[in-house]
Amino acid sequence: MEKHWKSVISRSVCDYFFEEQKKITSPIDMPPVLATPHHYLITIFRCNMYFVAVCTTEVPPLFVIEFLHRVVDIFEDYFGECSETIIKEHYVIIFELLDEMLDNGFPLATESNILKELIKPPNILRTIANTVTGKSNVSCTLPSGQLSNIPWRRSGVKYANNEAYFDVIEEVDAIIDKSGSTVSAEIQGYVDCCIKLSGMPDLTMTFVNPRILDDVSFHPCVRFKRWESEKVLSFIPPDGNFRLISYHISSQSIVAIPIYLKHFISFREGRLDITVGPKQTMGRQVENVSVEVPMPKAVLNCTLVPSQGKYSYDPVSKVLQWDVGKIDPTKLPNIKGSISLQAGSAPIESNPAVNVNFTINQMAVSGLKVSRLDMYGEKYRPFKGVKYITKAGKFQIRL
Amino acid sequence: MTDAKYFTTTKKGEIFELKSELNSDKKEKKREAVKKVIASMTVGKDVSALFPDVVNCMQTDNLELKKLVYLYLMNYAKSQPDMAIMAVNTFVKDCEDPNPLIRALAVRTMGCIRVDKITEYLCEPLRKCLKDEDPYVRKTAAVCVAKLYDINAQLVEDQGFLDQLKDLLSDSNPMVVANAVAALSEINDSSPSGAPLVEMNAATINKLLTALNECTEWGQIFILDSLSNYNPKDEREAQSICERITPRLAHANAAVVLSAVKVLMKYMEIITDQEFVSVLTRKLAPPLVTLLSSEPEVQYVALRNINLIVQKRPDILKHEMKVFFVKYNDPIYVKLEKLDIMIRLASQANIAQVLSELKEYATEVDVDFVRKAVRAIGRCAIKVEQSAERCVATLLDLIQTKVNYVVQEAIVVIKDIFRKYPNKYESIISTLCENLDTLDEPEARASMIWIIGEYAERIDNADELLESFLEGFADENSQVQLQLLTAIVKLFLKRPADTQELVQQVLSLATQDSDNPDLRDRGFIYWRLLSTDPAAAKEVVLAEKPLISEETDLLEPTLLDELICHIASLASVYHKPPSAFVEGRSGLRKALPAKLAGETTTSEAPSSSSSSAPQVIPSQDSLIGDLLSMDINPPAVIQPAQPAPFGGGVDLLGGGLDALLDVGVGNTATAPPPAQAPMGGGLLGDIFGLAPSTTTYVAPKTLWLPAVKGKGLEISGTFIRKNGQISMEMTLTNRAMQAMSGFAIQFNKNSFGVIPAQPLQVPSPLTPNQSCDVSLLLNTSGPVQKMDPLNNLQVAIKNNIDVLYFAALIPLHVYFTEDGQMDKRIFLSTWKEIPTQNEVQYNLSNMTHNSDTVVQKMQQNNVFTIAKRNVEGQDMLYQSIKLTNNVWVLTEIKIPPGGSLFTLSVKSVTVDVAPGVYQAYENILRS
Repeated sequence: MEKHWKSVISRSVCDYFFEEQKKITSPIDMPPVLATPHHYLITIFRCNMYFVAVCTTEVPPLFVIEFLHRVVDIFEDYFGECSETIIKEHYVIIFELLDEMLDNGFPLATESNILKELIKPPNILRTIANTVTGKSNVSCTLPSGQLSNIPWRRSGVKYANNEAYFDVIEEVDAIIDKSGSTVSAEIQGYVDCCIKLSGMPDLTMTFVNPRILDDVSFHPCVRFKRWESEKVLSFIPPDGNFRLISYHISSQSIVAIPIYLKHFISFREGRLDITVGPKQTMGRQVENVSVEVPMPKAVLNCTLVPSQGKYSYDPVSKVLQWDVGKIDPTKLPNIKGSISLQAGSAPIESNPAVNVNFTINQMAVSGLKVSRLDMYGEKYRPFKGVKYITKAGKFQIRL
Repeated sequence: MTDAKYFTTTKKGEIFELKSELNSDKKEKKREAVKKVIASMTVGKDVSALFPDVVNCMQTDNLELKKLVYLYLMNYAKSQPDMAIMAVNTFVKDCEDPNPLIRALAVRTMGCIRVDKITEYLCEPLRKCLKDEDPYVRKTAAVCVAKLYDINAQLVEDQGFLDQLKDLLSDSNPMVVANAVAALSEINDSSPSGAPLVEMNAATINKLLTALNECTEWGQIFILDSLSNYNPKDEREAQSICERITPRLAHANAAVVLSAVKVLMKYMEIITDQEFVSVLTRKLAPPLVTLLSSEPEVQYVALRNINLIVQKRPDILKHEMKVFFVKYNDPIYVKLEKLDIMIRLASQANIAQVLSELKEYATEVDVDFVRKAVRAIGRCAIKVEQSAERCVATLLDLIQTKVNYVVQEAIVVIKDIFRKYPNKYESIISTLCENLDTLDEPEARASMIWIIGEYAERIDNADELLESFLEGFADENSQVQLQLLTAIVKLFLKRPADTQELVQQVLSLATQDSDNPDLRDRGFIYWRLLSTDPAAAKEVVLAEKPLISEETDLLEPTLLDELICHIASLASVYHKPPSAFVEGRSGLRKALPAKLAGETTTSEAPSSSSSSAPQVIPSQDSLIGDLLSMDINPPAVIQPAQPAPFGGGVDLLGGGLDALLDVGVGNTATAPPPAQAPMGGGLLGDIFGLAPSTTTYVAPKTLWLPAVKGKGLEISGTFIRKNGQISMEMTLTNRAMQAMSGFAIQFNKNSFGVIPAQPLQVPSPLTPNQSCDVSLLLNTSGPVQKMDPLNNLQVAIKNNIDVLYFAALIPLHVYFTEDGQMDKRIFLSTWKEIPTQNEVQYNLSNMTHNSDTVVQKMQQNNVFTIAKRNVEGQDMLYQSIKLTNNVWVLTEIKIPPGGSLFTLSVKSVTVDVAPGVYQAYENILRS
């Protein structure tokens, strides 16, 4: 599928891409920027698909990459998921969307709020209604919010129940070495919102400890000046779901590591023994724990006994997956057993690194806490809720 | 019911069927048909045959259908230009539609139809739309101007659209401003002249900054990019722009962040307030780190840019080493970039961490990555001397793993470590030798052989080892063959007793059995060397090796500066200037603005004035600024403005008068005015310089040939440079008892190729006790051979008695040519290009000069002052010299106020000339 915004470029330009694709072993290894004699191919890999942008002139590649990601975001927003079949099924809408999003290489509207006013997302009811009435899902009027000073919010929003939910999500990215000491650890945090408020609400969010946040990126709706001066988030929110801020707590500050792994693995003896336990969790339960061990190529199979949860070993991708579930601090989950190696294979020197996933509810590992949320500009009293979740991001333990 | 069905039609006569459907009366059917057409179009089928039928559907009230038809038109209008005319009417009508959405859509689509005939009709509606009451239409129209410019630039200029576009910059709606900026920058980029069509000034910049806060993220990128092309007129302006941009660093959109970084990096060059710069530097680090936690594609681009930033300003990220640690599931392209940056950031403070990480990586699965990690360990050893021992230990550990490619890679880097730190880690050689058999890659084999050859005296069985390599000599890669040949010769020179056979064997293999000319030549050279003069062979083969540099892949500073201007763009990903790979981009290269903004900023256009024209130097401040950033340890605080005497006005006057003087005296066309002498001194200087004709400093005559050695002939003499020619002034005295006659002279080959330009004319006979003065003109077109010392000249004089030999030293200053004035720009780039180890420092003590007399004095001897500045009361002079053999010498003199101890730094591609240059300075200044 292709769409041109300037002069038409022949499809053959993609051949360079396919050639490159043949060279790589894993789809994620596709280089994001490819130069061909006349064009530049900028690629992202998402949802098991490549999205390729072809440019003829010098452009900021990040601009294109961001835009492509935005396109996929919008598709996901419109269709629930993004896959080859979905795109084929809705290609007309997709074309209309792309047309609205970009003109002559300049992005137009990329806020899903506005796009949804221009082009209605598909649903079964509307499809039927459209077939009956002969209407289409393309709006004939210009969206009101598009050119106002707050392009992210449409006017005239009305809800019977006015609600505002905030999720403080923190992902711990860490590398832990063999002995259990932290090589690097950082926190990637987000405040995601689901706002269903009528009219033009003006919100302020204050934190108990805003000093933690030294490296923050904001949604355009946040008033930067107030943050600078008072460390208060003041904003007129978009309607619906969006990410208010994302922040980064760098490796220089001390990050609490909520989980530890006791492990013994020896390929020579063919033995493996892993125990997982909670570390600094402020008394909260660690849930959805899973452990993923990419094994060396020579490992044929693993016969293990987990004390809880299930395990599987995929002999093709050589990945051992152990879904642990919750951790009961009184009885630590353990998995042990034997590994069988291919006969006659060379002794394995390198040890694998383990990926760990977990979730801890009601806790933000950085200690960030919202102290209050106020609304101005509207008269009603909204329902407000804040939720904290800590998750594993790229949490790796070297064995 | 989904749209997927449109893709599935595979019937025969599809086109025909679609045609009838398109012409159907039912609206519903028509619409379905158009959808099918579009579906076929997008998968690459040719449906252009349906053009008239589709265009017929254009006049509809249904917006969806209209959009689809427009989509079709954009694709096929070019192939059917005549048919496309049919659509024009509808377009024009749509541009008048009451619905702004339709007006905008029409303008947008018309711009995408690249048919000349249609563009003519486009002008009127476009003009209207640019003034439309609805901002949505205006912003679409702004983009359309850029499209039109791409199709027909002349038309846009003729119709005055550019001015209208400029007006839009002050539009009340920020989106319109952003799009106008985007359109203008695109037009500027593609303009054939390369010169910007719309100049930025403070007022427009202000508007842009206001719009920056209000427009969408994409608009912000365009605005930031055009800000980066603007050169602020003074430091204050740069600071205030920086302050207004810094909030963009906290934007969620990575592209906005990186564009903001670009502007800041560029403006930081202008700002001299160190505190302000360090605050900015601190603010830059977090956003860059944040970029690394986004999608891998973003990470990659960010890393490539960070690579540049780290080279330019290593301080920014020096504490952030940990974020560059590699995760095993990073895509390979991210891993490799991270590794690169880790090495750049490696320092004594963090080397332990880095090494343990690198060791970890060396056990990973991905072969390419592992190799690079091993190499990285070697580079750390070379970069951070204190860590070398630890690095070597790590490498030894890795060799013990016996993983084939790790061992090979390790041996290659160990070779480099040996070269950097000779005679320090030889104890590990035995371990290396254990792995000899596993090496199968040419580079590793060659490295191992080099090591054996280099340390042959410490390896007892070196001969056996090399002999074992020799068995398969013919099958080896040429790299290995060459190395093996050299190694065996080295071995022979160190242990001649028992390796004669071996060396003969390899020489015969190299010279007789090989087809490789390089190998054969090297073989023959060794052979001849060994057979004629083993001592010389020893000197050649076992010569001291030049040191290897610390960082191998640093970008050269000028390129780096240019790339810094292109942060966030493709150029920054490729690390090449855009002119190197973007088509049709004429020369306009961006340059970092010069530090220390005085009154003018660097002009983009290179000055093309010829060297004979009087050169006024208006922008020396820029030169001085850049000089500051060179490796001459700039002082912490830089004075914000030039002291008054050296300001532009006086300089203009001085230069002008000097030029007048030149013309008035009419003596030397080539003597450029002294760069900066305050009026009086300059005037005097020139009068003195010009009065006697242009003889340079004359050294007193020295006795070259005493009578005892010259069989009664005594010669003393000196060399001078007069009117652009070198001549040899000699006094010949006959101290013998008989008359002399039949004089002739000949020179041996020498460093500068000096030969007599005329025969030696001595009045003959030269009677006893008579002496005569002879002047012999020389030129430098003779054969060249490097002498030691460099300025040594061996002379043979013949007369009726005998042939007499003597040596004379030619003072270097006679080689200084009259056209030695370097362009400032070239001076600057040359200064940077010459590596620091080529810089030699001397002290000139007991000097009684001030900077002005130095300028003047040196100028008379063809040493040209390029720039002069004053740092903390010290005068700094930058001078250029060109030698007759086209070697350029750049010098810097530090003159403390009232002091007598000057510091002279000499920089040249050939370091050998430095002592001579120093001597010349010494002589000239003392004369």
